[in-house]
Amino acid sequence: MQNCDNENKKNADILGESDGEYKYGFVTDIDTDIIPKGLSEDVVRLISKKKGEPQWLLDFRLKAFRQWLNMSMPRWAHLDIPDINYQEISYYAAPQQKKEGPKSLDEVDPQLVDTFNKLGISLEEQKKLTGVAVDAVMDSVSVHTTHKEKLAELGIIFCSFSEAVRDYPDLVRKYLGKVVPATDNFFAALNSAVFSDGSFVYIPKGVRCPMELSTYFRINAAGTGQFERTLIVADDDSYVSYLEGCTAPMRDENQLHAAIVEIIVEDRAEVKYSTVQNWYAGDKEGRGGVYNFVTKRGLCRGEASKISWTQVETGSAITWKYPGCILKGDNSVGEFYSVAVTNNRQQADTGTKMIHIGRNTRSTIVSKGISAGHSQNSYRGLVRVAPGAEGARNYTQCDSLLLSQTCGAHTFPYIDVHNDSAIVEHEATTSKISEDQIFYCNQRGISTEEAIGLIVNGYAKEVMNKLPMEFAVEAQRLLSITIEGGVG
Amino acid sequence: MDALQQYITLYRDHAAEVCGHAPEVLNRPRPEAFKAITGLDLPKIGAESFDVTSLPDMLAPDYGVNINRVPFAADAAEAFKCGLPNISTLLALVVNDAFRPTSSLLRNLPAGVTVTSLAKAAEADPDLVGRYYNTLAAAHPHNAVTMLNTLLAQDGLFVHIAKGVVLEKPLQIVNLLNPSAPLLTPRRVLICLEEGARASVLCCDHTASGSAPSLCCQVTEIFLGAGARLDYCELEESNSDTGRLCNTYASLSDDAELVADGITLMCGRTRNEYDIDIPGQRARCRIGGMAIAGGKQTVDNRTTVRHHSPKCESNQVFKYILDDEAKGSFYGSIVVDEEAKYTNAYQSNRNILASKEAKMYTRPQLEIYCDEVKCSHGATVGQLDATALFYMRSRGIPEAEAKMMLMQAFMADVIDSISIPALQSRLRQLVERRLAGHNDLCSACQDSLCQDNL
Amino acid sequence: MQNENLLEVRGLRAGIGDKEILKGIDLTVRPGEVHAIMGPNGSGKSTFAGVLSGDPRFTVYGGEAKLGGVELLGMPPEDRSHEGLFLSFQYPVEIPGVSMVNFMRAAVNAKRKYLNEEPLSASEFLKMMRQKRAIVELDNKLASRSVNEGFSGGEKKRNEIFQMAVLEPKLSILDETDSGLDIDALRIVAGGVNKLKTDKNATIVITHYQRLLDYIKPDFVHILYKGRIVHSGGPELALELEEKGYDWIKEQNQ
Repeated sequence: MQNCDNENKKNADILGESDGEYKYGFVTDIDTDIIPKGLSEDVVRLISKKKGEPQWLLDFRLKAFRQWLNMSMPRWAHLDIPDINYQEISYYAAPQQKKEGPKSLDEVDPQLVDTFNKLGISLEEQKKLTGVAVDAVMDSVSVHTTHKEKLAELGIIFCSFSEAVRDYPDLVRKYLGKVVPATDNFFAALNSAVFSDGSFVYIPKGVRCPMELSTYFRINAAGTGQFERTLIVADDDSYVSYLEGCTAPMRDENQLHAAIVEIIVEDRAEVKYSTVQNWYAGDKEGRGGVYNFVTKRGLCRGEASKISWTQVETGSAITWKYPGCILKGDNSVGEFYSVAVTNNRQQADTGTKMIHIGRNTRSTIVSKGISAGHSQNSYRGLVRVAPGAEGARNYTQCDSLLLSQTCGAHTFPYIDVHNDSAIVEHEATTSKISEDQIFYCNQRGISTEEAIGLIVNGYAKEVMNKLPMEFAVEAQRLLSITIEGGVG
Repeated sequence: MDALQQYITLYRDHAAEVCGHAPEVLNRPRPEAFKAITGLDLPKIGAESFDVTSLPDMLAPDYGVNINRVPFAADAAEAFKCGLPNISTLLALVVNDAFRPTSSLLRNLPAGVTVTSLAKAAEADPDLVGRYYNTLAAAHPHNAVTMLNTLLAQDGLFVHIAKGVVLEKPLQIVNLLNPSAPLLTPRRVLICLEEGARASVLCCDHTASGSAPSLCCQVTEIFLGAGARLDYCELEESNSDTGRLCNTYASLSDDAELVADGITLMCGRTRNEYDIDIPGQRARCRIGGMAIAGGKQTVDNRTTVRHHSPKCESNQVFKYILDDEAKGSFYGSIVVDEEAKYTNAYQSNRNILASKEAKMYTRPQLEIYCDEVKCSHGATVGQLDATALFYMRSRGIPEAEAKMMLMQAFMADVIDSISIPALQSRLRQLVERRLAGHNDLCSACQDSLCQDNL
Repeated sequence: MQNENLLEVRGLRAGIGDKEILKGIDLTVRPGEVHAIMGPNGSGKSTFAGVLSGDPRFTVYGGEAKLGGVELLGMPPEDRSHEGLFLSFQYPVEIPGVSMVNFMRAAVNAKRKYLNEEPLSASEFLKMMRQKRAIVELDNKLASRSVNEGFSGGEKKRNEIFQMAVLEPKLSILDETDSGLDIDALRIVAGGVNKLKTDKNATIVITHYQRLLDYIKPDFVHILYKGRIVHSGGPELALELEEKGYDWIKEQNQ
């Protein structure tokens, strides 16, 4: 391991004492198989080879890579993104394990298990929160997936992406890149070329997944990027609730995370996708932190299908993400509930896209932005009603809360209506935290800091309530911690 | 040839004629504009804030520019049938870009009020005009329309109200486009209200019947001194062969108030940009907009209100009714600087689609860099309220009439906030006629409808 | 001599989309009568009012409804109004931007046109408005405001009765007119209805509670349950219902 990692580890340990700081900033000292920095066609081939992939997948990667070479980074967001040297990143890092991959938890390197334990994610099933199955991904590869057998009894497939490519190639091939085409955007193309692992979920017809499925993403190795892919397919009349969590060590350098999530929902099926994003946000002066450039999109292909996105965004130095729904099936429903908190020098440009294609499609957008410190926080959302989307209905509520004099809160909705029977409503407000409320709390003996935490949590409640229980508590705590020191 | 390049070439080859027929003040910024516009790419459809307006298409026709100032005949009857009944206004005519005062205007202008040709004013008092001219527009070197206007503008309107002077009667400017051959008119307007001055200016834009296709490229600069108030209403009743690219820049000093209304009743392709800069404290600004479009018309309003100082208010209300294959766009921004504490800013865009093929694009935007603010915006696209419609029908009001009343009601708050009462009632009638499908709006004045003031 | 029956409803079936709510209603109302329709929530009372007045949300599957011998079903709502049907809405909608004066003038003149009468002059119209306002003690200020906008619950209901007074319907349907009213407002509204009562017109009072019937005395009481009239009787039926509660109806009709 490099020296700077040890240095950081020390820092992290010290900071770990203070509750207000990033408590996931530690580094796991484990042998890692890292390929040299740089990106070329050879690197793409190497990644594919290391993963023992079939030819069709290599072709998919190469096609994406060639397209990516001709694309440029999107600059339209309200973000100040430094130039990224894509040759200075290593595109594959795997904690060293036995060649075959662990068959059971006993075979997983104990240090990895420790790492996840420290993150509050226990891979030992008996200790686990009941009702949650976890796929733990460290750097480029999936470490372990719990509860697999139990799920298999119901015909549910929940495994790492690599396993899915190996064991269910037809399914993967059928759906991969169908919602987010490899050339969708610059970061999607990059991901499609170099993605390393991720999760795959398939819920068969008529099955209601009895537990929450969860992927926990962890960037550990230095100088690497994380490029995972998640693919969720919900067949007719099925249901699944899926959770995603993320953390990374504290490092002075910026790390790139460019993921893709694709969801396909068939007739009357429903997918609920929740994210608590807590990548390392950089220090107070804006040094370090993760660049979180993510493309998430769901296709409501079936009649009366439903996708619900819930996100709590507290981490990352820069966030660029717009989880969207393509409402193709008649009567399909898309939802987006978001809390985005920024502090210090963080920048977030996040929102959603609701594309109404089918008849009587409905979408709801609730976005709560909270800006503190010197951060910039933007909501950007598109609602499009296609000519054939008779009776489409959208309601958007978009609020911004400013906690300091030096931060910014911005709202950029895009509304395109091409059907006269549609009803689209957008409301947005921007305000600062109410001094009356703070004083009321003060008078009752609650400190200002604590009062703000309470008020902010109340403000975000509408969204927090959409999170599964296990996540809601953690998300609330994160919210309070993130805004600490950013008020005034 | 490239749509924009033809005019750049025109200027390059004929700069001497352009400048030779224009005063020095207007000639001064041309080299800078030429530099800015050369190599500028026109935004294509779909570019940020250009969802329905295609500048390449609008500028593509081989329009002539009247750089040698050949006088145009103006049929007075044609121009003045727009006159507002029942109110006396100070009336002037601008044919394409040439100012023609009426004798009553010249007789009735109070002391301290100047309403004249921009070119004449710039020759008579180059210091005064030069102090204001192009000082706001120059800050937009990437705006092709503004740069094109600065490059080619030779005349237009100049309004100046001296310190403390209140112009009681509304000033009515009838802008008439009546070219016999396809024409691009680079019209320039400069309105300056010194400290404490007040005025109402109503601009009625018409295209004479039987005239050739034309494109009006207008830049208006408005300066409001401390405590000044301007009510500025633009009413477009042109025709489907008319293109309108109209950029309005305003700067508000302390306690100044601007009420601007842009009303599009008949048009071809229209794009209005409002860029309101508020460096002053406690200033107020309201921009109202209303558009009724059918056929293949496009109406595009782009607004930016920039708050730089404390305790200012701004309010934007835009409403559209789109029928047939009409397309509408509203792209509005509120920018609140770090210094602009206690800003109240509001923005609303409500739209009704009345046909399957009509399309609306709306982008209300907030950019807030200060925490002591109250800012909000709302946008809706929908139909007439079905419950209200049934309620009215259940009281015996026929469906068509009920719909008409609801559409009138939909537009009511924009009309109600216009500060010239006689214009309000006139507008209600014009809107009703327009909604009833009458295209020849101006002849409305001869109708009994206008006399019926109930 | 016109048809003796003012309203004749036969086998009326209707609902929303393909969800049937009214499952065959028969009802006859003669001039001078007051009928009360009572029933638990969801029994179809408001649907019945809506279907008779032509609310486009409802679909009629079958049956007939004649007012003064004229078939209503299939007629646009405005023509039903002209024929003399008035619905006092349970939740009168607010119509911002449309003033009460313009609204009522449009309604009155549309009806006059339907009846081949000359429109009222402005002064005649305003005079009539003044007279009718007195019946429900409606403030002049309300008349200059937008339709129902910013009216309190009581003001909205008084405004409904005011409109009824202006339009002089043959048959008025009062849909839950008592809901949301305090006792004073209830007295004023009921007083207005009673003042407008003649031996030529008739009223259907739709209500959940007996309370309103203390003020507007019905001649007949019908109990609607699951889309059918399951009981009809005199005023004593309402009292019996008040005493025994709706569970009594539910048990009887299991």
